[in-house]
Amino acid sequence: MLIYAVRRLGSAIPTLLIIVTIAFFMMRLAPGGPFDREKQLSPEIEANILKAYNLDKPLYRQYLDYLGNIVHGDFGPSYKYLDFTVTDLIVAGFPVSLRLGLSAILLAVILGVTAGTIAALKQNTTFDYLIMGLAMTGIAIPNFVMAPMLALIFGVYLSLLPVAGWGGGALRYQILPVVTLALPQIAYIARMTRGSMVETMHSNFIRTARAKGLAEHVVVLRHALKGGLLPVVSYLGPATAAVITGSVVIESIFDVPGIGRYFVTGALNRDYPVVMGVVIFYAVLIIALNLMVDLVYGFLDPRVKVE
Amino acid sequence: MATSSYLKDRLNGLDTTGTIKGRSLWQDALRRLLHNKAAVVSMVVLGIIIMLAILAPYLSPWAYDSPDWGYDFPGPPDAALKHWFGTDGNGRDLFVRTLYGARISLMVGILATTVSLVIGVSYGATAGFLGGRVDNVMMRIVDILYSLPFMFFVILLMVFFGRNIFLIFIALGAVEWLTMARIVRGQTLSVKKMEFIEAAHAIGVSNRKIITRHIIPNVLGPVIVYMTLTIPQVILTESFLSFLGLGVQEPLTSWGVLISEGAKQMESAPWMLVFPAVFLALTLFCFNFIGDGLRDALDPKDR
Amino acid sequence: MKGKLWRSGWRTIIFIACVLALFIVGTAVAGGTLRIACMGEPASLDPHKVTSQWENDVIGDMFVGLTTEDPKTNAVPGVAESWTVSQDGKTYTFKLRKSTWSDGTPLTAHDFVYSLQRILKPETAAEYASLLYAIEGAEAVNTGKAAEDALAVKAIDNYTLEIKLTGPAPYFIQLLTHYTAYPVPRHIIEKFGKDWTKPEHIAVNGPFKLVVWLPNTHIKMTRNDKYYDAASVNLDNLVFYTQEDRAAVQKRFRAGEIDVARDFSSDQIDWLRTNLPKETHIAPFVGAYYYPINCSITPFSDVRVRKALSMSINREAIVDKVLKTGELAAYSLVPPGVSHYEHPAEVTWKDVPYAARIKQARALLAEAGFTADKPLLLTLKYNTSENHKRIAVAVASMWKQIGVKTELYNAEAKVHYADLKQADFQVARAGWVADYNDAQNFLYLLETRTGPLNYSRYSNPAYDELMLKAEVTFDLDRRGELMHQAEALAMVDQPLIPIYHYVSKNLVAQNVVGFADNSKDIHRWRYVTLK
Repeated sequence: MLIYAVRRLGSAIPTLLIIVTIAFFMMRLAPGGPFDREKQLSPEIEANILKAYNLDKPLYRQYLDYLGNIVHGDFGPSYKYLDFTVTDLIVAGFPVSLRLGLSAILLAVILGVTAGTIAALKQNTTFDYLIMGLAMTGIAIPNFVMAPMLALIFGVYLSLLPVAGWGGGALRYQILPVVTLALPQIAYIARMTRGSMVETMHSNFIRTARAKGLAEHVVVLRHALKGGLLPVVSYLGPATAAVITGSVVIESIFDVPGIGRYFVTGALNRDYPVVMGVVIFYAVLIIALNLMVDLVYGFLDPRVKVE
Repeated sequence: MATSSYLKDRLNGLDTTGTIKGRSLWQDALRRLLHNKAAVVSMVVLGIIIMLAILAPYLSPWAYDSPDWGYDFPGPPDAALKHWFGTDGNGRDLFVRTLYGARISLMVGILATTVSLVIGVSYGATAGFLGGRVDNVMMRIVDILYSLPFMFFVILLMVFFGRNIFLIFIALGAVEWLTMARIVRGQTLSVKKMEFIEAAHAIGVSNRKIITRHIIPNVLGPVIVYMTLTIPQVILTESFLSFLGLGVQEPLTSWGVLISEGAKQMESAPWMLVFPAVFLALTLFCFNFIGDGLRDALDPKDR
Repeated sequence: MKGKLWRSGWRTIIFIACVLALFIVGTAVAGGTLRIACMGEPASLDPHKVTSQWENDVIGDMFVGLTTEDPKTNAVPGVAESWTVSQDGKTYTFKLRKSTWSDGTPLTAHDFVYSLQRILKPETAAEYASLLYAIEGAEAVNTGKAAEDALAVKAIDNYTLEIKLTGPAPYFIQLLTHYTAYPVPRHIIEKFGKDWTKPEHIAVNGPFKLVVWLPNTHIKMTRNDKYYDAASVNLDNLVFYTQEDRAAVQKRFRAGEIDVARDFSSDQIDWLRTNLPKETHIAPFVGAYYYPINCSITPFSDVRVRKALSMSINREAIVDKVLKTGELAAYSLVPPGVSHYEHPAEVTWKDVPYAARIKQARALLAEAGFTADKPLLLTLKYNTSENHKRIAVAVASMWKQIGVKTELYNAEAKVHYADLKQADFQVARAGWVADYNDAQNFLYLLETRTGPLNYSRYSNPAYDELMLKAEVTFDLDRRGELMHQAEALAMVDQPLIPIYHYVSKNLVAQNVVGFADNSKDIHRWRYVTLK
């Protein structure tokens, strides 16, 4: 297990390097920069500023400098938020995004698996259709419609929850953003679980377990679920990616101070250091998550030999 | 015995002169599909929507890009003025715009899926066919790419290179090809092991011909299913891009654009949200039911 | 068997619901904290690095200049208790009151010398420095032609400041209320450099001091007891929310989470007038919304093309249908009601009926060489916003009538304005809000020497000459006349297309007292009380 983990980590470094390189050159070759406004300056002043931002050196030198800096955690200054460095922004925003994302995934897994399992057990009954119908709705309504709708209903009409804000992480501020972010994933996971559980429940080893006289809930929870959850576990990787993408919308509608927003506003404002910082940060996160998922997979399915 | 005379009668009644029509696998699948009520209804509804989209200019006196200066901006549905769905924030008829939006959304969905198909099938078939270390490396790459939020790169592409509608197809297609590649590779691997491929090898058919003439047709089933399920994904992704302001340019419109605008006016002009959203939801449901139906039809043991 | 599973499932659901319910507590408003949605994240809290209205909202109560605004935005004594003006109107001598920074360091005339030098120094790269060009030596310092001590701002002694101007500028006292003239704490800047605005380092001389700045979240300020007039300030704290999604901000306002929203989306006006009539504040506002045309490229260098584009826009339709918030259709650059400039110079064809204008516009385009086979193609750029988009779409449909094919292109404000300053556009959207109540603030946008802020790159020697003459004219009415002549020239040449003159749009909760609608839409929170 340990050797496997180490090997996977080893292959992560070149991946990261590739991502950083691609992102870096994309940024440098794209139009715009920090001084579009400075055309009025004399050449000496402009040269000074370029020097301050390290943009006067040849490209490959800039690249190497950048790599050296990020190893030390220095992602450079933001072009838009002049009083902050990229590191400041990421450090402030990352715990928020992490909390939001993890809560959403957790909620999605718990509710999705539960709903899907119950639907599978009650296959083709009204309950099944109801759950699958609701699941479809969760997929068919885009989150940028769901979010303002829920904010309107629960925040304005019913005054039960805050319309927006993060309130330092207080629970009632988390509810709407987390639920809205989780909804599409609940739907996908429910459908997936249902399909996989239906298949598992018909397999031989379940029949054996029942024949042994085990109680139904033991059969389901102890035996069927493990196998039935396999596709869900392998979906966790892309689910996280989807949650990260979705958080961009959720963060701007609910005014949540996470880093998903920085990516979009960074791209739209040509604030390249911020964009790079966010991309690299997410890449690291996802590679780590993938590793964990692989390990969990190995634990759940004894047929998979983690060599 | 009663049974044997029964059998004798049946045998005598058989008409053995004509040819016995066999049923191919495809016909079997088609039959199963047509028995799936949800899938059939979905196909009909989808057909209606596509028809409406094609006939859009003839169904309304209003053009999709000219404001009706005599009416409210936005105005509620008014049958007398032939604004069946009302008007949007620029006074343009929403019925026509919803149908033109259908054109763009469906076109983006289908074309982007085709792009992902082309990339995914080539990649997956090659990996599966070549096997061994090449396959390992290629699939490793897919694994790594699978969990990256591709959307970020799409957003960057759109921001840097402008908002050409062709760029949207390609970018969205490039997001979705991964699963296609995996499916195709899996299928290729299992087909590859079958005897008729060995036979073809033995005869000396070139690799390329084996891939194109034998492997790909056998892989088609799951590919079609997956395509049908990707189209709604792409349409949703395009609507997300539109929400960020990176979708199709004015005066063109898509459901994503219409819904983003409508969401901002949910309370004050609900018609701006409801009509395009209903169309979008219906279309997504239809594609999903058809996809599920196809999957059940082509692989009955999955039931 | 199955039943048991069922019951345990339901129990879990009910349990979770109860836990959630326990955490849902109602909001409580803290007395003395005003919550403001300023509709944008400040690029910086350094007065020398900002240019926009939302930054003004935040910075304007942290620092106070020589003069400051009263609730009606008239200029009243600030750090300067009194001043005298020389006979020729070019020398101002200010007597400063004895006050301190929030950390106790005395605030002296040397701080003002330092601050004005700093904003004009080329290294600071302050975008708004040109506002101070009325001061002698300012332009030379800012363009790198002279060292900073060439600036005619001198500290006679610790509490006496002398400023010499290039010409009598009647608006100068008003100009000094602007943030470009704020004092900044030299002792902090020299110690901490770029980090001087961080809450743990910053020192202010105004009614409120920065406590927390979480980017993209909120900015918190608390009262500064060392402010020289702290006794008159009623609020304890300020919180600024920087969310830009106007629909979401409006919902927060309705839910009572925000006390003042500094803008709302025009398309909500009917709903707001019906449901929140007392909270919806609309007032005339000295600002112009216009489309500069890039005169330095063909075919837009042809005045016939520009005139055709301008004539074919039905401004009344835009104002009545698209905006609906009482904006004024504009046929001049300068809005009406500016001091000593009550009636701006308008285009000559203002009263020609729209149908006739369309015909004339078509004829002009034909003269300029555009036909149905060779139509005029143009790209209209605007910065991302629902309102700008709707106006652009409407204008594009109007131009379609005269055979012009318009492509729309939107970008973020920073990128958009960068394009404008670099003349990288054909026709674009721009807006200008008055910094002080004087026509010169608008008309200088068309002077050749203004540089990048003259987006159209309009260069008319006759215009420049008139403006220069006005600069040195002491008689305010004569001065207004000269500027009027200049504007008339510009309205014939149409280097920009005036569309409408602004109204200010604010949502103000009913328990907020002291928020006065004014023509500059500047609101200082030190005058506000929460009932």
